[in-house]
Amino acid sequence: MGDTVIKAQGVDLTFQTADGPIHALKDVDLDINRGEFVSFIGPSGCGKTTFLRSIAALETVTAGQISVNGMTPDQARKARAYGYVFQAPGLYPWRTIKGNIALPLEIMGFSREERAKRIAHVLELVELKNFGGKFPWQLSGGMQQRASIARALAFDADILLMDEPFGALDEIVRDRLNEALLTLWAKTQKTIGFVTHSIPEAVYLSTKIVVMSPRPGRITRVIESTLPRERPLEIRDSPEFIALAHEVREGLREGHSYD
Amino acid sequence: MTRVWRAALPIMTVLLVIIAIWYLGAIRMNATWERDQAARAGIELSLPELISKTMTQDRPILPTPHQVAVGLYDGLAGQAITSRRSLVWHGWITLSATLAGFGIGTVAGILLAVGIVHSRSMDQSVMPWAVASQTVPILAIAPMVIVVFASAGITGLLPKAVIAAWLSFFPVLVGMVKGLRTPDGMQLDQMKSWSASDSQQFWRLRLPSSLPYLFASLKVAIAAALVGTIVGELPAGATAGLGARLLSGSYYGQTVQIWSALFAAALLAAALVAIVGVIEKATLQRMGLAR
Repeated sequence: MGDTVIKAQGVDLTFQTADGPIHALKDVDLDINRGEFVSFIGPSGCGKTTFLRSIAALETVTAGQISVNGMTPDQARKARAYGYVFQAPGLYPWRTIKGNIALPLEIMGFSREERAKRIAHVLELVELKNFGGKFPWQLSGGMQQRASIARALAFDADILLMDEPFGALDEIVRDRLNEALLTLWAKTQKTIGFVTHSIPEAVYLSTKIVVMSPRPGRITRVIESTLPRERPLEIRDSPEFIALAHEVREGLREGHSYD
Repeated sequence: MTRVWRAALPIMTVLLVIIAIWYLGAIRMNATWERDQAARAGIELSLPELISKTMTQDRPILPTPHQVAVGLYDGLAGQAITSRRSLVWHGWITLSATLAGFGIGTVAGILLAVGIVHSRSMDQSVMPWAVASQTVPILAIAPMVIVVFASAGITGLLPKAVIAAWLSFFPVLVGMVKGLRTPDGMQLDQMKSWSASDSQQFWRLRLPSSLPYLFASLKVAIAAALVGTIVGELPAGATAGLGARLLSGSYYGQTVQIWSALFAAALLAAALVAIVGVIEKATLQRMGLAR
């Protein structure tokens, strides 16, 4: 711990739109250390997704700077420093599940044997072991999103950025995947940035919860979790968990108080 | 079996109505000549006589369906296929130029679309010319193409194929530009997050995504290529091809020949479009893109 992998200093981002400029991010300062699980939570329009996209070099900040592994986001992307999971699965209908997971691996030039090994591994992680040969349309929406997570895990980047990945899943699958994600995180020591609008999800998963508020998008509170790293699902009934959830809820209310 | 009948019934009904109208029209149009002939010979024709005569003229203004059917059958099956009177022989001449032109047009359309999608300056410079090329009547362009090629000593298939390509590249271009641009922001971001190169993005995402649009365009393009080829066969006294059959038929007032050639061209076009349709269906179903 202590070693900073993602560092944002005075980040400002303004979108120029036909209706005038939109101030999406204002004065964002944040340090994310190696091995942390950081959740971004806030109402829509608070810039949580925009901030995640800026880290991934999918948006360019207007002022301030972000460094990822000591590089600019663009360099970090080229160095394949992170995997990104989008809100929708975005699987290609003409490729099987295996073929879809192979896609980034092909682009990154992994050998055939290496691809097969990695695909088998990540399919097991997301509990789709027997579905590798199926086409996306043969799977439920939830299974499709699991496949897309497997795809982001496949090339084993140090940083995993996830933009509301479980938003479309039913609660039972969601719980299982949250557990699986924690197991994976413990095993691989990855640094995870996770956008969500579910308070229990944020509290259950994170070591650090970043509460954001809109107009302009900014960070209102950074809550360090007091929960242990080892987290069975039952921990959600503990007083510690409930206190943290309460703190997050207060942070959200604070950001909203003026409108 | 009943399902087949249910599907066929409306089609058959419409077909029968068309044939009935056609017969009535043929009788009416051809009757003038028969009445003149009878008046000149000083004979009085009864109605049944008049009707039967209108259906058996050598050079009717409008040949009856059965005359066209006989002409078509004779042209397709009644001649040795190497004979100049065979519609199969003429059809093959037209088909080969059509396919060559369709091939050239498709390749040109796809290449231009790829250029347009990847280069802003091509987008602005090529598209207006492509649109302009289609506003010029093909009937005006065709003789010039034939003459220019002939002066360079090139005759036969190639000049016709160029005219066919002129008509068929356009739908392919428009369809492919649209098709190559179908991947949405998220899919492109995904590719970007993997630092995919432009060519990886093209082969793995843009090209497969564009196939439904490509096939829709190909169906239009192959029919357009056939029209282009036939138009290309009209000028400069072409002697072979369905277009030549149309032209010589109109020189000598052989209306049955004209109509037979027209129907042969229509059958050919329908067959070509159907073949593209079958390939389309099989491909898109396999790719999970069938809707």
